[in-house]
Amino acid sequence: QKTKENFLGKIGRALAGKSTVDEEVLDNLEEALISADVGVDTTVKLIGRIEQRVADDKYLNTAELNTILQQEIAALLTDADSEDYRDFETPADKKPYVVLVVGVNGVGKTTTIGKLAYNFKKAGKSVVLGAADTFRAAAVDQLTVWSERTGVPIVKQAMGSDPGAVAYDAVRQGVATGADVVLIDTAGRLHNKIHLMDELGKIRRVIKKVLPDAPHEVLLVLDGSTGQNALEQARQFTAATEVTAIAVTKLDGTAKGGVVLAVANQFGIPVKYIGIGEKMEDLQVFNKFEFVDSLFSLDPSA
Amino acid sequence: MFESLSERLETAFKQIKGQGQITELNVASTVKEIRRALVDADVNYKIAKEFTDKVKEKALGEKVLNAISPGQLMVKVVQDELAELMGGTEEGLDLKTSPTVILIAGLQGSGKTTFSGKLARFLKQNRHKSPLLVAADVYRPAAIDQLKVLGEQIGIPVYHEPDQKDPVLIARNALKEAKTKGHNVIIIDTAGRLAVDEAMMTEVADIKAAVAPQEVLFVVDAMTGQDAVNTAKAFNERLDFTGVVLTKLDGDTRGGAALSIKYTVEKPIKFISMGEKLDTLDVFYPERMAQRILGMGDITTLVERA
Ligand SMILES: Nc1nc2c(ncn2[C@@H]2O[C@H](COP(=O)(O)OP(=O)(O)OP(=O)(O)O)[C@@H](O)[C@H]2O)c(=O)[nH]1
Ligand SMILES: Nc1nc2c(ncn2[C@@H]2O[C@H](COP(=O)(O)OP(=O)(O)OP(=O)(O)O)[C@@H](O)[C@H]2O)c(=O)[nH]1
Ligand SMILES: [Mg+2]
Ligand SMILES: [Mg+2]
Repeated sequence: QKTKENFLGKIGRALAGKSTVDEEVLDNLEEALISADVGVDTTVKLIGRIEQRVADDKYLNTAELNTILQQEIAALLTDADSEDYRDFETPADKKPYVVLVVGVNGVGKTTTIGKLAYNFKKAGKSVVLGAADTFRAAAVDQLTVWSERTGVPIVKQAMGSDPGAVAYDAVRQGVATGADVVLIDTAGRLHNKIHLMDELGKIRRVIKKVLPDAPHEVLLVLDGSTGQNALEQARQFTAATEVTAIAVTKLDGTAKGGVVLAVANQFGIPVKYIGIGEKMEDLQVFNKFEFVDSLFSLDPSA
Repeated sequence: MFESLSERLETAFKQIKGQGQITELNVASTVKEIRRALVDADVNYKIAKEFTDKVKEKALGEKVLNAISPGQLMVKVVQDELAELMGGTEEGLDLKTSPTVILIAGLQGSGKTTFSGKLARFLKQNRHKSPLLVAADVYRPAAIDQLKVLGEQIGIPVYHEPDQKDPVLIARNALKEAKTKGHNVIIIDTAGRLAVDEAMMTEVADIKAAVAPQEVLFVVDAMTGQDAVNTAKAFNERLDFTGVVLTKLDGDTRGGAALSIKYTVEKPIKFISMGEKLDTLDVFYPERMAQRILGMGDITTLVERA
């Protein structure tokens, strides 16, 4: 097995015997951030802030630099407006709580829905799934498997039918059966395809016909191995559907998901969940301090 | 999405010019700007660094310093170097053996199953082959159904074993079936896997050993970030793949991951996938990819104007 070295360890060594954060330390910091997909702009901004802090605080040792780093990076991340979601609680006045799940192709939308259904059910909530991806081959079959796995009912129609109609039915069934949560899957779509983005707006409007304040949540799923394009995804999906939260998937790989820092910061959208595997248990509620920690740990190629 | 590289460089050089003479020293800051543009396009940080060091050397040789528009000349140098690095001419598939075995592998959600369908269609229509698709993903919910639906759409049979949990056996049986039924190509779709998943990486290596494919194609999402290098390296170590497939190029990503992979594993990019429909497959053009990474349209006219 390869020896893995914590980035902060590297910084520590670079700092040994030095009383100031010099060019070399900052270069190392830059490399670590960029290698985690944080992006040039955010990296430059962060380094600038750290230089400033170091000057102001009369920085002395590496432990303090670590703390400053963590604080500055965590500050970029928006906090979710409610803590309830940590226990998979839903607001009492929003019943059913309708979650519309969106994102580009293959990021993990359907799987995340399966995991959410599992977690909501475990928290004692009744859940309905809506199979509004009627486009991709066997998408409905895939969600059906998740509905069976989690023991949660699914509302579906034939492939090729109108996704808005499926969403409408799902919310209606949620209301009729007194469900707590309705999770609606949508087809993957690239954010630069205007007609597909317009379709999302349509799904939204149709949902509102059943419940005017729904969807209560629009969850944008981002693949943790995506690079700078995630910013554009966030921009376009936000414009089309007023994204309220983010789920970052596939963080069980070696990708660090650093682009989320830039996304959360630029758009003020909180990250709520992270995906760390393909099984239904592999969803975690996002913890920004752990995330920041993981950004710096263990470059397997190092 | 991003300011184009040429704009960024023009600005950088203008600032330098304002200070008086252009020197080797302040060319360094322009090189830094190029590096940032590459990293913005998701080119790996270390590779971008090595690359720009080379560019700097070459640029100084080409007298960028005295050019009327050093920014544009610099872009030209970068463009040429990039294109060269992305790899000369198009590389086809090795289809001499019958049946030709093609193994498809990659991360979760990268587009393997869709590409398998596209490739089967392409080989049937453009190369007059009789392909057999093989459903060797036994994990993902409805993975077999997905391939079956695609197979139906293009009229190509799909080999599958609903109750078989061992993809190695499925692949081996499929090869037998292809021989009996006279298929001259088989395309094996495998489950998505992470490079750090030891058991899954061993599994795909076992599939390879069992069917001795002529082509092993590594499918990668063009939107991938800095980690592309690690993933490609890990898959290549285990599979020694014969080519790369870049997917989702119908998006607006710059696709710098392509460069990083090419640079790291030195394997040709053989196909690009640009849509969800099965007729959206194309061969790979290095220059176009280079231009895309830099974020510019017609570089030649720019340089001519300079
Ligand atoms: N390792 C890992 N794989 C994941 C994770 N989340 C999803 N996947 C896998 O990623 C692949 C794509 O997941 P899907 O849920 O089908 O993605 P999607 O966004 O619904 O895809 P489309 O509907 O085709 O756009 C599947 O193989 C999943 O098992 C995760 O957190 N970790
Ligand atoms: N826009 C676009 N979508 C694509 C392209 N290739 C694949 N997709 C979509 O990306 C998603 C994932 O594709 P799949 O073929 O299921 O990917 P996979 O690698 O087989 O996924 P797993 O088997 O879960 O690992 C699906 O929604 C596809 O329709 C492409 O070139 N462009
Ligand atoms: Mg899906
Ligand atoms: Mg697949």
